Amino acid sequence: MWFPTLPTDRLRRGPGAPPPEMPLVTRALDGGRQVVASADQAALSLGLAPGLSLAEARARVPELRVHEADPEGDAAALRHLATWASRYAPLVAPDPPDGLLLDMTGGTHLHGGEAALLDDLLERLGRSGLTVRAAMASTIGVAHALARFGPADREVVAPGDEVSRLADLSPSALRIAPDIVRGLLVLGFETVGQLMRVPRAPLARRFGPELLARLDAALGRRFEPLEPWFAPEAIQHRLAFVEPLLTATALGIALDRLLSIVCPALEAAGMGARTVDALFERVDATVQAVRIGTARPSRDPGHLGRMLRDRLERVEPGFGIEAVRLVVRVAEPLAWSQAAAVPGEAPVLDVSALVDRLGNWLGSDRVFRAVPVESRVPERSFRRAPPLWSAPNLSWPEALPRPVRLITPPQPVEAIAALPDRPPAAFTWRRVRRRIRHADGPERVTGEWWRREAEMRAVRDYWAVEDEEGRRYWLFRRGDGEDPATGDLGWFLHGLF
Amino acid sequence: MLGALHEVAGTGPDMEHAAAAALFVAGCLARLPGTVLWVLERSDLFAPGLAAVGLHPARVLYAEAGKAATVLLVMEEGLREAGLAGVVGEVSGRLTLTASRRLQLAAERSGVTAFAIRRPRRHDDSTLLEPCAAVTRWQVASLPSGPPLPAAPDVPGLARARWRLELVRCRGGEAASWVVEACDAQGRLGVVPDLADRQAAPGPRRASA
Repeated sequence: MWFPTLPTDRLRRGPGAPPPEMPLVTRALDGGRQVVASADQAALSLGLAPGLSLAEARARVPELRVHEADPEGDAAALRHLATWASRYAPLVAPDPPDGLLLDMTGGTHLHGGEAALLDDLLERLGRSGLTVRAAMASTIGVAHALARFGPADREVVAPGDEVSRLADLSPSALRIAPDIVRGLLVLGFETVGQLMRVPRAPLARRFGPELLARLDAALGRRFEPLEPWFAPEAIQHRLAFVEPLLTATALGIALDRLLSIVCPALEAAGMGARTVDALFERVDATVQAVRIGTARPSRDPGHLGRMLRDRLERVEPGFGIEAVRLVVRVAEPLAWSQAAAVPGEAPVLDVSALVDRLGNWLGSDRVFRAVPVESRVPERSFRRAPPLWSAPNLSWPEALPRPVRLITPPQPVEAIAALPDRPPAAFTWRRVRRRIRHADGPERVTGEWWRREAEMRAVRDYWAVEDEEGRRYWLFRRGDGEDPATGDLGWFLHGLF
Repeated sequence: MLGALHEVAGTGPDMEHAAAAALFVAGCLARLPGTVLWVLERSDLFAPGLAAVGLHPARVLYAEAGKAATVLLVMEEGLREAGLAGVVGEVSGRLTLTASRRLQLAAERSGVTAFAIRRPRRHDDSTLLEPCAAVTRWQVASLPSGPPLPAAPDVPGLARARWRLELVRCRGGEAASWVVEACDAQGRLGVVPDLADRQAAPGPRRASA
């Protein structure tokens, strides 16, 4: 993630900020000279780039607003953002001066996939007034390059596409010193792709090891560790081992010991965990992370331990794990609860523990409730709601027949019916002809014109029918049988009773 | 029987969709208090249809497992949660003796009733004949229903659906078969009226299943 205008965005959020159309820059001392340290979008569009001398900038744009640069404040803001972003990913590291690195491995299932997570992240940051660009890729190098030099403000690179996405970018995307970039440009290297095609030895001799190291890291040939950042106030504990651990049983025991320390700490703070990360530090300096989320704040070691152990199989121990750290990333107040219910009182079933276990296992969007939605179109009459949603009195109208199986999309069937409003006498589905003995209908469903233009005139006439064997089907005809604009009179099977 | 595994299947072409079987299970659970966990393989279940037999949407928790093998694992996980009204799983693949025994044991331990709705792709699937540890096995077949108004047979419309409920297998009991009227808005089955006037048809006591 890259915040191109972080210093000025911070100033704009503060009191007494100038209006957004007024260019704003910060100044810093470079040797004996006052220069522009950073510029906002308005200033950048006027050609005031960082590095320009302040006198020249003032000469070009007389109404320029100048503030003192505050590198320490910017660094603190970046750490603040890192703490905030840790709700999205187990491993977060600030990448000074203006970037954040997030290792999403093991955490995307709680947010509905990678693209949805990125959209949510950028939308939230954008709402708080920060300009931000982000990219997601298998290596830090590619994500870093695309966030800064990519064509779009967000991008998810599919595994295997790293080389092709990187090839078109300029060498300056590789996190190398500016003089190396200048040297490469002199030699005519304008894209990373050209660099990848030439022999490596001359490059190393001319530019030193840094260039090839950066290139290899971006392409995943060289491992690049992430130094994770922890908020100082987060409840956490780290357990280091004399001998590296290899088996899931041993890791499970380590988790139990960590939970026996972390859970009482949560209790003392009056908090319950919503998101917990277990970070497994391997002997080869990589960190593997496992993240669990709960639907309600919890500090029950049994519950949290069971969820963590369910995901232990995703941890690859490699040559062994030398330390495990348990971090409570998101905690919420959790009141003291009474251990035993009052005698004689029926215990209230709490399904949240089951919901958590299934959600961590299948993905949180796969565990849901069906909530009634007021809609004329049957397939839109319910939506998936979070499992702990409750509105006990909401249901569908009882008088309308509704099937128990919905066929999506509706399957075309051959049917013969007298126009405009007689039920079909027979229909053919899956090459079997079914004669209809009883029918109920029609129930007319008109399109929801406020959703799509095509539904402006659309009409469906639904029939619940029973064939000779007693099976019941839910058929509809497109069109009202009189006005051709309402539909083409095709018959469809939409459900089974 | 509560706290046990029951197997329910459709017949003939309805085997794959098991629509009547799903309604039968929903009707049974509608009359038990508490939350129901419904484990799907793919989501073709239409919640308003369940509400029509009395299973209120606020009472059903859905889990979409995606794979046939995962359905059984999720069911077992749900059966460990004492306090649920029931766990329903839609099983399209095999339900082996080992898998069904695990489910039966979990159901016995927690007292939660489990229903496995068998949905094989073909209606003559041989996996249905494999031994299974379920306590009962039901088959729900549609029968032609009568006219909506018996006094005026020419009035168009749909009467209450009619099923043949077949208890194919029952541990410690005998197989039996009933003709019943399908679940109503409270999930109750009905005795077919033209049979009720004749010799006493065995009233299907749903509380026992």
